[in-house]
Amino acid sequence: MAVERLEEGLTFNPSPILLQDQSQVRAGGVVTTISKLTKTCVLRLTPDNLYFVLSGKVDNGGVGMWCELSQAKFFDEFQLEGVSAEANEICLELAPDNLSRALKTAQNAKTVKIKLTKKHCPCLTIAAELPTMSSASRVVTHDIPVDVIPKRLWNDFKEPSMPDFDVSIYMPPLKIMKNVVDRMKNLSNFLVIEANMNGEMNLKIETDLVSVATHFRDLGNPPWAGGDGSQAGANSQRDPEAMVQARVDVRKLQQFLMGQQFNPSKAMCNIVQNTIIHLILLYEDVSLQYFIPAVA
Amino acid sequence: KVTWRIFKKSIENQQVFICRLNEACVCVCVCVCVCFSTCQGHSFPFEDRGRVVPRTTGRWADPPDCELLAFGLRLLPIRSTFLQQSVQAVFRSLATLEKTVEKCHIELDADRNRLTFTLHCKHGLLKTHNLSFQDSESLQAVFDKDSSTNVLKAQPRVLTDTVLNFPPSLDEVTVTVSDERVWFRNHVDQEAEPSKAMLTELCLSSDEFDHFEVRARSSVTFCLKELRGLLVFAESTGLPVSMYFDKPGSPVVLSVTDSVLDGNFVLATLSDESGVQTSDRTGTPAPPADDFMNDELESYLIAMDTSMAAGPSVPAPLAPGRVVSPTATPDPWSPAHSEPGEDLTEEEEEPGRPPNKKFRSLFFGSVYPPGSPLGGHTPSSQKVLASDSEDDG
Repeated sequence: MAVERLEEGLTFNPSPILLQDQSQVRAGGVVTTISKLTKTCVLRLTPDNLYFVLSGKVDNGGVGMWCELSQAKFFDEFQLEGVSAEANEICLELAPDNLSRALKTAQNAKTVKIKLTKKHCPCLTIAAELPTMSSASRVVTHDIPVDVIPKRLWNDFKEPSMPDFDVSIYMPPLKIMKNVVDRMKNLSNFLVIEANMNGEMNLKIETDLVSVATHFRDLGNPPWAGGDGSQAGANSQRDPEAMVQARVDVRKLQQFLMGQQFNPSKAMCNIVQNTIIHLILLYEDVSLQYFIPAVA
Repeated sequence: KVTWRIFKKSIENQQVFICRLNEACVCVCVCVCVCFSTCQGHSFPFEDRGRVVPRTTGRWADPPDCELLAFGLRLLPIRSTFLQQSVQAVFRSLATLEKTVEKCHIELDADRNRLTFTLHCKHGLLKTHNLSFQDSESLQAVFDKDSSTNVLKAQPRVLTDTVLNFPPSLDEVTVTVSDERVWFRNHVDQEAEPSKAMLTELCLSSDEFDHFEVRARSSVTFCLKELRGLLVFAESTGLPVSMYFDKPGSPVVLSVTDSVLDGNFVLATLSDESGVQTSDRTGTPAPPADDFMNDELESYLIAMDTSMAAGPSVPAPLAPGRVVSPTATPDPWSPAHSEPGEDLTEEEEEPGRPPNKKFRSLFFGSVYPPGSPLGGHTPSSQKVLASDSEDDG
């Protein structure tokens, strides 16, 4: 595949990046999922991975997101030159909805190129070569405006540390969970999610008029042993039957469940008592973490 | 009010076409034209193509013709218009229509202001729809597509695939032509923040077109929604779509033609500078170029005035620098006669009352045969869009 140069260097970064993508459908699915979770997010590009990040708002009651894509699984060709050799990264803020729409039109494309360009403003340009009825090919380009994030702010977009959770459990099938949450949403604005180390998880709502609970059993608990001795230690001291709970905004949980387009190979939920729930979805080449703060 | 107008105009068309049918059993073409005209110095000619009732003999229309009629009505760029819907309701399910209706009888009772659709269904079933209306005058659109500098003709599929790349919410699309290529771009409103809008551009080579004639490079911006509507129709009939246009500000004509059907959609385009546009047009008074008249076909453009604006009740602040058509230089789209309260007239003649919306849509009307009583409203040698009053209740 040909390597193209960036037409004009960005002021912040004179060097080009170039991406070439042939797995546009899958990539489009990931981005569509993200676009359902947030209106804007940060795209962080490193030599090995792409990250979609929504961060820094959990403290204020907002949700956090960390989505990691392995560059090599999505792109035939990937070229990145960041600010410097030590900080070989690029951080952009963009609307995932735009990206999702652009990738959707590129679904049938022969090739898709993604590159950073300087047009009327810094843009992520998606150029797709579409098949036509004639011999000539047809090229569609989408210029998605982006905000380039200066290096001094990059610290806000580092991978969030794993919370020191009280319980960790595999989630039930997301479709079933979505059905339950959708119905509970009609009854209350807040949902209590609780789980123990014995593979049991409950979704509950409590209002003046009604209390509803859905129980899941035999879900299993992920073995977090490994090098993470502190968490394993904390968990082992806990009574496996004891429930750990967090009360969350039901819409935020629903939004998360709504966006899921594919079945993950693993779906896990970590709960810090009355503080936060941390949802992890693992796909073949993508991982998605989602943080929902608890409310009192 | 808006609904009334739409309906009245469509009735007007019916009237013309039905009267004609009584006189002579000829093939009749009813075309729907849509015009966007605008304020703030922009003019959007925009053309919607014909909904057609071809091969209508006598007062009987075959189901396919009804479909066309219904299709035309559907193309009207109006939403939730009660009266228009009542017409559409008659032809609601085209699939059912095709299966069950053998003939359709359309009758206009001018004395009682009633339009009757009688559907003759299988097994002797008769379905009669009586629709009432109010009489009105009509708008008239005159255009001369044959003099256009640029003509593109393509299979509907080519264009459908093209517009699919744009989001459904997109209002306008810009088409730029050069000697060998055509670019489609989404038009971004100047008021919108450019740093927020995604720009999409599609480049087509001339090979993709059946006919590619570009005598002057130019770039026109027009309404995408109507283009989509036309493409739906063109795809269902498999007819190629031709596009005639000149320069920004002058209308683009989208046309679908075969032996029995000649549909022309005239769409306004966004003008670069409205002042220039106005003066340009005055110099070229053209007789109502009625290509159909020389034909066996008699054709009528349906007169429709559909304002998409909410009404003059929400006047926008007067935009500085807005160019108002001087009354001495009739704009081709200006009304031939008007009455107080007529929105379009106000916009084009009263600088103090800028329109509240950037676009107005006009379904405009019949190209009357010379000598037709209704044709008398239009100045004889001007390209005129004859508007009319809205003072009905």
